[in-house]
Amino acid sequence: MARLKQLVEARYDIMGYRRPAMFLSIALMVISVIALALRGLNFGIDFTGGYVVEAGFEQPADLGEIRSSLAENGFDDAVVQFFGTQSEVMVRLAPREGLSGADINTQVNGVLAGAGQGPVDLRRVEFVGPQVGEELREQGGLSVLLALGAIVIYIWLRFEKKFSVGAVAALIHDVVITLGVFAISQIEFDLSVLAALLAVIGYSLNDTIVVFDRIRENFLTLRKSNTVDTINVSINQTLSRTIITSFTTLLVLLALFFIGGEAIKSFSMALIIGVVVGTYSSIYVASSSVISLGLQREDMLPVEKEGSELDEIP
Amino acid sequence: MINKYPLWKYILLALVLACGVLFALPNLYGDHPAVQLSPRSGDISPDLEAAVSETLNSGGVTDFSFRSSDNRLLVILPDGETQAKAHGLIDLAHGDRNTSALNLVPATPAWLRQFAKPISLGLDLRGGVHFLMEVDMESAITSAEERYVDEFRTQLRENKVRFRSPSYDAERGVTVRFADVLQRDNAQSLLRQEYRDLVFEATQDAKEFYLHARLSDEARETERRSALQQNIITLRNRVNELGVAEPIIQQQGRERILVQLPGVQDTAQAKEILGATATLEYRMVYGTYNDWADAAQSGRVPPNAKLYTNREDGGPVLLDRKVIVTGDQIKDASSGIDTQSGSPAVFISLDGAGAKRMQRVSADNIGNPMAVVFIENRVTSREVDGKIVRDRERVEEVINIATIRDVLSHRFQTTGLETEEARDLSLLLRAGALKAPVEIVEERTVGPSLGQDNIDRGRLSVMIGLALVLVFMAFYYRVFGVIADCALVANLVLIMAVLSALPTTLTLPGIAGIVLTVGMAVDANVLIFERIREELRSGSAVQAAINSGYEKAFSTIADANITTLIAAVVLFVFGTGPIKGFAVTLSIGIVTSMFTAIFGTRAIVNWLYGGKRGLKALPI
Repeated sequence: MARLKQLVEARYDIMGYRRPAMFLSIALMVISVIALALRGLNFGIDFTGGYVVEAGFEQPADLGEIRSSLAENGFDDAVVQFFGTQSEVMVRLAPREGLSGADINTQVNGVLAGAGQGPVDLRRVEFVGPQVGEELREQGGLSVLLALGAIVIYIWLRFEKKFSVGAVAALIHDVVITLGVFAISQIEFDLSVLAALLAVIGYSLNDTIVVFDRIRENFLTLRKSNTVDTINVSINQTLSRTIITSFTTLLVLLALFFIGGEAIKSFSMALIIGVVVGTYSSIYVASSSVISLGLQREDMLPVEKEGSELDEIP
Repeated sequence: MINKYPLWKYILLALVLACGVLFALPNLYGDHPAVQLSPRSGDISPDLEAAVSETLNSGGVTDFSFRSSDNRLLVILPDGETQAKAHGLIDLAHGDRNTSALNLVPATPAWLRQFAKPISLGLDLRGGVHFLMEVDMESAITSAEERYVDEFRTQLRENKVRFRSPSYDAERGVTVRFADVLQRDNAQSLLRQEYRDLVFEATQDAKEFYLHARLSDEARETERRSALQQNIITLRNRVNELGVAEPIIQQQGRERILVQLPGVQDTAQAKEILGATATLEYRMVYGTYNDWADAAQSGRVPPNAKLYTNREDGGPVLLDRKVIVTGDQIKDASSGIDTQSGSPAVFISLDGAGAKRMQRVSADNIGNPMAVVFIENRVTSREVDGKIVRDRERVEEVINIATIRDVLSHRFQTTGLETEEARDLSLLLRAGALKAPVEIVEERTVGPSLGQDNIDRGRLSVMIGLALVLVFMAFYYRVFGVIADCALVANLVLIMAVLSALPTTLTLPGIAGIVLTVGMAVDANVLIFERIREELRSGSAVQAAINSGYEKAFSTIADANITTLIAAVVLFVFGTGPIKGFAVTLSIGIVTSMFTAIFGTRAIVNWLYGGKRGLKALPI
């Protein structure tokens, strides 16, 4: 514990590494964009429309047999995979012409019961019509953009234009890299992952604002040092907090990932990636871009009043 | 710098925490299995409790108690096995006047029930079916416009206007043809005065003059709204007929209806009943067998007749254009066996207007054949080249032709259906017809075992995550860490309390939101404690360090939480179902954590260390 304390209280020339960090960020983003363009996201039925059946068997199931019995009954496009354990199976089907959800339900149930795997327990059946899928896709994209927009406006009002550009650069960085990981790993992207992505935006922003707040404060108190030094001091001062908060959040997320069950695995996965990337980006993306945008002490002066007003509240 | 809180702040804190504990408390008690009884119509009978008591006692179930609320009687039983047995007994004895359903009731003691309820769980946690149904508005409008064909005919005939047979197509609305312009203009001014909801348009070609009529935009909107409302009422009736405890049926958006049926496992039946549009119509038979065959072969149908298929042999039948009675006029229906033929039958009761009409028509037509038409609408959508195409299918079959032997009035029976069809049809006729067909556009079913599994895993991960954070904080910040831990636990209690008090449901993503706030809630304390340490390092006195630590960290905490709150609110407003659940718990968690992490910890810190002048160091 004492060594950890020493570690988080030490002073480092963090901004000295900002060029290599920028190359790393750009490289990661380029890889993510290429992965998104080439492989795309593995959208769940929330967005594509279709059917998902989750079934539990009494003993470990043979996926090959289930696949071939499904194919025999005309479901040759079915995606069959284990879900959590070896005796739980998930079947995914694309939307079908002329068949209602009820028809699919009875047919798939019949096929699974007769696939030679013993009695089957249908644990979850979902059907999303093509029109709903399309709406959710649009709504999801819209809500991410709106959240970003609202946040930019808030930071602009509370801080300064260059800060809001820096914060948004960090957010885009986090979202793109998290999406990139999902494109590369092809983990299913469903509604809950979208929710996680929005939580990542919130979290990463939280981190960025803590650093920015300190930068603003230090610009007003450390009158002699230059911009880069001031930012470096600010990041060092908040470093222990950044590490500890990320650490506690990760503790909980890891508990969720390993114990929370299959249904929220991709959700917690997205958050874990987001928290790690978000912590890094609040230092190297948000703060570096503020330097690159040429922030000066003079930029900070008009905001002083507003900040002191809020300080009176507690 | 003495760091003292006035007494009222402690009282406020104690009050908030006490309320939190009170509202969160019901969640510690489990559930009792119960059978729920609600009357099919009117108020619950006051003797029902005694009657059910007797039924259960004579059936060998002795361990039960009653609770009544919202016009329903709940019979509370000790375990699931007795619940199933009691349900069977009760349904057999009282099922004719009441619908019965399996339910769970909170085991909260009576004194606590008056203030607080446990958190209501979403379908993903308790199991059940979720349907999103889209009402086919185009058919609602089409059928509203189609009604005017007959009305125009009667109206014009009564006013001695000469016209040629009116017709309807979805493109142009109702079209009436005229031989000369004078008659057309007469008709137009007459109809325009009579039907103010319609928009008229006059056209002509080389041979004839036309008058087209469509619903005006406002009338369309009214029609849409009433179709949606009518469908919600019908669906509610049908769900009641199915006997589901605590269903949710509500409008979602302009043309969708959300139906959630907790605990229902037989989705196939639920879906068939909810989506079904089956209804009956009674018409007189037109012409003879030869006329029918001619019409089917030539395709020329006499103007006062309509061509149908007979279900039994698939052959053609001509029926009179005029309907005697439609499904709307059926007041009550039940299924059973026809005593004469031994085949399944639906027993029908008509309302006043329907009965009067049936009486008149049957009196005039003794010895003539009458037909029963079974009508069903189906809608399915599919995606073609990225566009949604909707297929509509309307099935109209003659299920029965019988000669009228007597004057029929408000009660009679219809045969010609299978047993199951007769049972479902009588249920549908009782519950009323859907005004427009619906299509299920989203369906989610969660089995009860998975629901319980989700709860257990969610609870376990919250517990473990929480324990890890508590241990870490106490280790790293010592006494101040323990203070932060108290705040964290208080925060969880408050989140539970708010969730119990608000009319929201807790879902799996909601649990994830709670877990996330547990992780993030300590952030405020980390910020404050790091600040205090910093102040101490730079040589501030202990009391000054505490004060400026809290004060300087506040604007940072506020900024950080407000921006996260913005993201959560956007999620809530634009997200659907699962996303909303996440946004709700995240928002609640942000607000309660600000309270406990700033105000709560400050109160403890002030109480422990405030005012002590000689203090040289802090256990931080």
